[in-house]
Amino acid sequence: MKIYFEKILYIFLREFNGYFRTPLASIFLLVFLALSAGMCFFMGQFFQRGQADLNSFFIWHPWLFLVLMPAIGMRLWAEERKSGTIELLVTLPVTNTQLVVGKFVASWFFTFIALILTTPIWFTVNYLGEPDNGVIFISYVGSWLMAGCFLALSSCLSTLTKNQVIAFIISTISCFILVMAGFGLILSSVRSWAPIWVTETITSLSFLSHFKRIQFGVLDLTTLVFFLSMIILCLWINIQLVQIKKAD
Amino acid sequence: MMALIDAKNLKKTFGSITAVNNISLSLDVGEVVGFLGPNGAGKSTTMKMLTGFLDPDAGTVDINDINLMDDPIKAKSLIGYLPEGAPAYSDMTVYSFLNFVGLMRGLKDKKLIQRLDEMAKTINLSEVWNQPIETLSKGYKRRVGIAQALIHDPQILILDEPTDGLDPNQKHEMRKLIKSISSNKGIIISTHILEEVEAVCSRTIIISNGKLLLNKNTNELLKNKKTTLDEVFRKITTTSSK
Repeated sequence: MKIYFEKILYIFLREFNGYFRTPLASIFLLVFLALSAGMCFFMGQFFQRGQADLNSFFIWHPWLFLVLMPAIGMRLWAEERKSGTIELLVTLPVTNTQLVVGKFVASWFFTFIALILTTPIWFTVNYLGEPDNGVIFISYVGSWLMAGCFLALSSCLSTLTKNQVIAFIISTISCFILVMAGFGLILSSVRSWAPIWVTETITSLSFLSHFKRIQFGVLDLTTLVFFLSMIILCLWINIQLVQIKKAD
Repeated sequence: MMALIDAKNLKKTFGSITAVNNISLSLDVGEVVGFLGPNGAGKSTTMKMLTGFLDPDAGTVDINDINLMDDPIKAKSLIGYLPEGAPAYSDMTVYSFLNFVGLMRGLKDKKLIQRLDEMAKTINLSEVWNQPIETLSKGYKRRVGIAQALIHDPQILILDEPTDGLDPNQKHEMRKLIKSISSNKGIIISTHILEEVEAVCSRTIIISNGKLLLNKNTNELLKNKKTTLDEVFRKITTTSSK
């Protein structure tokens, strides 16, 4: 059992260090920090609102992640398939589950670091007023969970192609559909012909409505189960896809 | 004594193309098997099935009496494999790449350090040890591929075109290396270079259009001094495609 997790750790470390071997990590972190701060201060009107909370910061996260998470996730499998290193990986004494989990956790941990780097804004709001730190903490947890869903989906979809750009585009579109699931744009195309339970199921898949509840400081079991089960489902499909697509 | 590899009736189709059609082969300790065939004959596909990368549509592969389908992890741990084109993580340095493969192969601490050291020396990688793989010449890249296949000192080595892209001196070195390690291992090499088979392989297998056409002791095959392997190869593969 120990060996099983050790191998996941080695895959994790290779993948995680891989982000820093190229300019990808620094560019991503820079863009993420600039955009999240820019959106919070300018579009979210952080100062003008005069409220000691980070709503104007978190409200943009689903939209930011929509583009940035596929940018991290697109390389996970598309690159392995293109360079042929997947042949090397799969013929090592490891299971596809170990490979998929190791790679996913590496990308998720990278996002964790990106979120940690935004905490100065948390200190700032504490300096300026007396925010509800519990709500902010839960919002961070929720934001990270949501990023995990986007990443798991992107990782899964990157198995389908050898081209990272295609992987990025299909991941972004899929993430967009999931964010918008509860909105008129998506619902109106279904409502006219599908039974109510289908419409309700689609509504319940909306990342935005789940994330909104978290922003109010409510991380209930439903939301937690929703995000975690989305991650597990995507990774499970990812494992099957690696098996099917590895030699294509 | 059980065979290191015992593959029976392997079959693989891609759509309407039958890449491998009912191929059986075995590999024993001390043997170096030369795997010959024209381009697209099914050499790489067969090797991919022997290493567990591809699942055969029919047939079985036993690695040291372990069924590759039933216990892939154990079976794969006995094999060292150089895939076609020697793929490697180009952004990693030679050291970090071999270190990663070593760890994944279950090597640790002193044993890992010792093996890395041996690889640097025997495969002549010391010069480029801390260089990113993407900056290496084709010859060095191929050697890194060989090193990752050998790092855990496997009983079975499967090398898909190991000397492709090497200069004559490097080819000579590679053949010397293969010969020197072959006494306690079973090695399968796929190649286009017939003289290589004559130089290092104890047995020759020729396949064409996915079918096994010849499986013979190399010395026996060349017993008649007038025949060269080149002639045997052309005779067999051209008759089969007619």
